[in-house]
Amino acid sequence: MARYLLKQLFNMAITLFAVTFIVFVLNELTPGDVVRKLLGPYASADQVEKVTREMGLDRPVMVRYAEYMANAARGDFGQSIVFRRPVSEVLWDRLGNTLLLAGVCFAIIVPFSVLLGVLAGMRERGWIDRSVSVFSSVCASIPEFAMGVFLLAIFVVQLGWLPGTSPLRDDTGWPIWTQLVLPAAVVVLYDAGYLIAMIRTSMVEVMRQPFIRTAVLKGMSFRRVVVKHALRNALIAPFTVILLQINYLVAGLVVVEMVFAYPGFGRMMLEAALAKDIAIVEAGTLVAVSVTMLTQVVGDLGYRALDPRISI
Amino acid sequence: MSDVLRMENVGIDYANRRTRMRIVDDVSLSIGPGEALGLVGESGCGKSTLALAALSYLPRGMRVSSGRVLFDGRDLATLDDAALRSLRGNRVAMVYQDPMSSLNPVVTIGRQLVEVPMLHGERSAAAARDRAIAMLAEVRLPDPERMMSRYPHELSGGQQQRVVIAMALMAEPALLILDEPTTGLDVTIEAAILDLVRELRRKFGTAILFISHNLGTVARICDRIGVLYAGRLVETGDIRAVFGAPAHPYTRGLLAALPRLEAGRGGARLTPVAGTLTAADRARVGCAFSPRCSHALPAACDAGPVPMLPADAEPGHVARCARLEAVRDSRPATPAAEATRGRDEDSPVLLDVRDLSMVYAIGGGLSGGPRAELRALSDVSLAADAGRTLAVVGESGSGKSTLAKLLSGLVTASEGQALFAGADLAALPVDERPADLKRRLQMVFQNPDSTLNPSHSIEHAVVRPLRLLRGLGRAQAKEAAARLLERVRLPADMLRRMPHQLSGGQRQRVALARAFAGDPQLVIADEPTSALDVSVQAAIVNLLAELQDASGIALLLISHDLALVRHMADRVAVLYLGRIVEYGPADLVFAPPWHPYTKALLAAAPRPDPDAPEPEVILGGVMPSPLDPPKGCVFASRCPRRIGPVCDTTPPPVRHPAPGLTVACHLEIADLPS
Repeated sequence: MARYLLKQLFNMAITLFAVTFIVFVLNELTPGDVVRKLLGPYASADQVEKVTREMGLDRPVMVRYAEYMANAARGDFGQSIVFRRPVSEVLWDRLGNTLLLAGVCFAIIVPFSVLLGVLAGMRERGWIDRSVSVFSSVCASIPEFAMGVFLLAIFVVQLGWLPGTSPLRDDTGWPIWTQLVLPAAVVVLYDAGYLIAMIRTSMVEVMRQPFIRTAVLKGMSFRRVVVKHALRNALIAPFTVILLQINYLVAGLVVVEMVFAYPGFGRMMLEAALAKDIAIVEAGTLVAVSVTMLTQVVGDLGYRALDPRISI
Repeated sequence: MSDVLRMENVGIDYANRRTRMRIVDDVSLSIGPGEALGLVGESGCGKSTLALAALSYLPRGMRVSSGRVLFDGRDLATLDDAALRSLRGNRVAMVYQDPMSSLNPVVTIGRQLVEVPMLHGERSAAAARDRAIAMLAEVRLPDPERMMSRYPHELSGGQQQRVVIAMALMAEPALLILDEPTTGLDVTIEAAILDLVRELRRKFGTAILFISHNLGTVARICDRIGVLYAGRLVETGDIRAVFGAPAHPYTRGLLAALPRLEAGRGGARLTPVAGTLTAADRARVGCAFSPRCSHALPAACDAGPVPMLPADAEPGHVARCARLEAVRDSRPATPAAEATRGRDEDSPVLLDVRDLSMVYAIGGGLSGGPRAELRALSDVSLAADAGRTLAVVGESGSGKSTLAKLLSGLVTASEGQALFAGADLAALPVDERPADLKRRLQMVFQNPDSTLNPSHSIEHAVVRPLRLLRGLGRAQAKEAAARLLERVRLPADMLRRMPHQLSGGQRQRVALARAFAGDPQLVIADEPTSALDVSVQAAIVNLLAELQDASGIALLLISHDLALVRHMADRVAVLYLGRIVEYGPADLVFAPPWHPYTKALLAAAPRPDPDAPEPEVILGGVMPSPLDPPKGCVFASRCPRRIGPVCDTTPPPVRHPAPGLTVACHLEIADLPS
């Protein structure tokens, strides 16, 4: 166990270094000068050169990378060009917003899809199965932006129940929680559609196993068989996929954030990338990779807890 | 006292949107308290369906469409869900084939056991737990207390089946249904499980419905037997009456098709049951077996339903045959062809295996974990002669498959040689072998379903090796394919069929045709018939012998079935934990068995004879891990004739009790046969 954690920590460090280095070098290689961007098209060549030297950008890549990592370790990710603030401020701000949305979504998605997936899979081709399958494939096949626009049309334009944008500010006249409803609904419906299908398939597979027959022929009621013998087995296979959703929820919500003008992490990364704001992209990558690696470790541990056949 | 289970003219239908099929037709049977009834028949005969009908748990699409199933005198069809639940697990319990998948992998053994009494009225969890521990001890599992907290995957196959049996007996049911409980287990473990069932039956007085395709295991457990064919009961009666004087032609066919341990090599052929069961036969109003029966008379057999008729003076011995007298007066069919080839003369050695060892390195490196060595084979020496059959026998984990893998070039040996056709097979992986060497050595595998590509026609499968190995042109290869099919007794129009249109036996014939396509000198057959029914096995075994007689190939037979080995082999190597413990001519190895392990294997093999003596030695324990093999004799930890510490510390000497026979044992030659 301790051995495993140590190994994972080591892997994590290696991966973090590799990824940040690749991003660092890639940014270095892409055309377009950061300083030129910063100073605007009318700055003179002298000015550009001066600022370049002041920012230390004339030094070798390796030196700057080492310096960057040293600063990052102290929580200093440099200055954002786009936001004109320290990166760390922007980053924690946006990350906080995203974690709020992601947390709400995750807390709904998991129980919702487990419930529907299990109900659908316990009796293959029964009426629950058919209805849930239609629901889940409809949800999973409508793109997020389409679903967003669709819900906007109903709840904002037609009914006027909810705000059309979610900037998470209370000066808009809408309480913060109402601003979360629509973005969360889009994410939940889209993502749960996919998860339900996964869990249903796994449940169907488990219900065909001979040990389910053993349980029934012990004299157990169907409900008990499902809860006591099928449920845990049916969650083993989808478990890793469920955890993968955390990565998606943290770094992949860019479409939803754009539709609802939500000040989240994904949008920040997109804006920074478009504007060649290297400092933000670097830091954001670091965060995204850390989240991925952490969920992987949590996934392994949870996997072991679910399935005694796995040893790590 | 009334019957525990009674079936009255039960018919079971399967229907879906497209088809409708009769799975079971007009089956009547009864099991009294404490009685043991065996149901035998080949795959698709409806025996497992009947077992599930006794629990009112038929698969989706099936239903009891006629007749009644009565349990404790109550018609199961009239019971509601709650009443059924109070029967299942409580009054009637089931033990299944493949215990691993019958146990929930993520729930401890203890919880799975305790569930049973808790479902059936036990209030106190502590009492249920005590009962579970007592039951685990009853099925002779070591350390029952600790067993409670373990998970199924931590146990061996034999131990898992003991757990399933313990679970079934938790509520002391009136009826225990065992559905192929030992299929897939090693012969020694099978013997131990059967012994346990007998003992528990004596102790608890439980009635038993025992379902098996293996006549030998049924003979060891049951008082009465029912033979099923195409969903119909064709013969039933006291087990001695049925085995002693089988009345129905199908029962006779089944018994004649079995290779016998007592028979010896002799060159005699087995008697297969001719033909195959078709869907049209199933639907026949008259006798379903008549298209395959040599006694059939259309007027008598196909006119209408054939009733169960008394077979002889024995009460209760009845058979569903319209020509009982004619069958009784006929002599049992005798094998058509007797081999005339002398087996005593010398024949050239084709494959010479010398001191072959296979060690796998485990762990270490990037994957982590402690470095270890797994000795799969140690110093194996044997020889296969032209025109002869060398059999390799042993339990799973004995190294049989490793040997086949080595010879076929899937792995290369760590040490030693395997000389064949001027090459050393042990050092030549298959992709480095010249085409001619591949042609000379061919394989036949256990499962014909998975060795034929389902999307290629039979022609494609047979023509390919002809072109690749013999370098024939397209037209020539097609002609040769037709001739090959003729050699394996398949009609030429099979060439155009797809694998799924063939029966298991036909597919295995195609596999044989493929193996013989390149005119090989050595054929390695790895459990060639264990996926087949008895009646089909006989035909494949005969075919193999015929092909061998005609072509003079050396056959290396890998099998766990000792009766089959006894029937086919000229020479036998007994493997245990990667080492040869006994090796020599089949007649000497089998009679008398010299090595204690050979003796235990032989004793464990089920015999289709209700009067066969109970095995004197039943091997307990498990094979030691090949990661940590014993320093002395590998068999010492389970040996019933262990002498003393010398067995644990010193590798046994190789003794020669008879010419050509080697036995690795510390016992003196004079003491070896016991």
